[in-house]
Amino acid sequence: MACELMRGKLDAYVDGELSPSEARQFASHIRECPACAADSVERVHMKRAISVAGKAYEPSTEFRRKMVGDLTKPHRERRSWGWTLVLIPAVLVLIISVGTMLFMNRGHNQHERMFGELADMHVMTLASTSPVDVVSTDRHTVKPWFEGKIPFSFNLPELQGSDFTLLGGKVAYLGQSPGAQLIYRIRKHQVSVFIFQERGESNAPSSQPLSRLSFTFETWSKNGLRYYVVGDIPASDVESLSNLFRNAG
Amino acid sequence: MQTASYAIEVPDQSSPATTFAELALPLFDQLYNFAHWLTQDRSEAEDLVQETYAKALRGFAGFKIGTNFRAWMFRILRNAFLTSRTGVKVSSSGEEELDEIASIDPTPEDLLIQGVERDIVRQALTELPIASREILLLCEVEEMKYEEIAQVLQIPIGTVMSRLYRARQALRNRVSERFKGKAAWPVS
Repeated sequence: MACELMRGKLDAYVDGELSPSEARQFASHIRECPACAADSVERVHMKRAISVAGKAYEPSTEFRRKMVGDLTKPHRERRSWGWTLVLIPAVLVLIISVGTMLFMNRGHNQHERMFGELADMHVMTLASTSPVDVVSTDRHTVKPWFEGKIPFSFNLPELQGSDFTLLGGKVAYLGQSPGAQLIYRIRKHQVSVFIFQERGESNAPSSQPLSRLSFTFETWSKNGLRYYVVGDIPASDVESLSNLFRNAG
Repeated sequence: MQTASYAIEVPDQSSPATTFAELALPLFDQLYNFAHWLTQDRSEAEDLVQETYAKALRGFAGFKIGTNFRAWMFRILRNAFLTSRTGVKVSSSGEEELDEIASIDPTPEDLLIQGVERDIVRQALTELPIASREILLLCEVEEMKYEEIAQVLQIPIGTVMSRLYRARQALRNRVSERFKGKAAWPVS
């Protein structure tokens, strides 16, 4: 390669901006060209000198302390948003519950009360420091854990190929009856699936997803068990998880 | 199978702020140095850094994680500088005149003393127009690649290369003047 052409690449070479093959060519050239070699050395020296001279100013200790304080203050404030976002649904659920109780007092749909209680349990679980008692993504670990703790058995779906992840489970009580609460995650949202023995309510609720104040519910009955899915996720996701359960062996 | 200790992951709205502090604090010294070079004044540099962090925090929601955070911060600082009173005051025409510095009449031996060289280069950098000074600082002090510099200065990479070439030439000339024509650049 001509020396003139090489000189045009001198800066890019010392700046490490040439492609590997170009850099090899250039290195080969300067081994044979004293002029380009000298220029390269001069540029490297210049880079070093600017680098040394350019690191000239340091912030004062006082300013550093102030800035670190300023930066960490919003950090703490923002962190509290995490709790706020847990509490907001809890407040909403309380509103649902209060509304549901008023509904109950008027002798209306008892399933609204059920949903209110389940939503309460779901939010309380999310806000808990130990939300589940069996921690595992493996259904073959979670299911056996319930043996002897609840008076029935159930099947958990295979989640491969779905967006859901099993996080664990715990024993839950509804109307003083023990049942299973399973927590699933989908896109950073948690969903609860409650399973209780069917109590033979005459007016079985709709199996279609039902939304109340940003929570979505779905319930159905199968093999003597009543399933409830509760979460602040779209109805389509609730339905997907419900279908996985319906189809579980 | 996971059987380790477990915590429910609530939708993590705290992470943006956490990430901002984690990303932004390590850049504090670099940003301050750059700000001081631009403003040439400690107090104004502090104001500029403070303004940069405030603007960055406000705009952090729009920042795409995974893109170049450092370039983004430097760009905010530079834009804040250019739109500030200081920025208006400082010419970017490249026509700033040289101030005579205190008489430095180095012997060849002196030229080998790094401290002297550092002072001369520092003085020459100070005298350079903002456009030349900033690109040299980004390239040599911050060791940014051309692409990153292009992001900070919001110019094409070709312009980065040509501007960098001219800036080096200008600095070389200034340093050479200080050395009274002894050499274009002291070669150790």
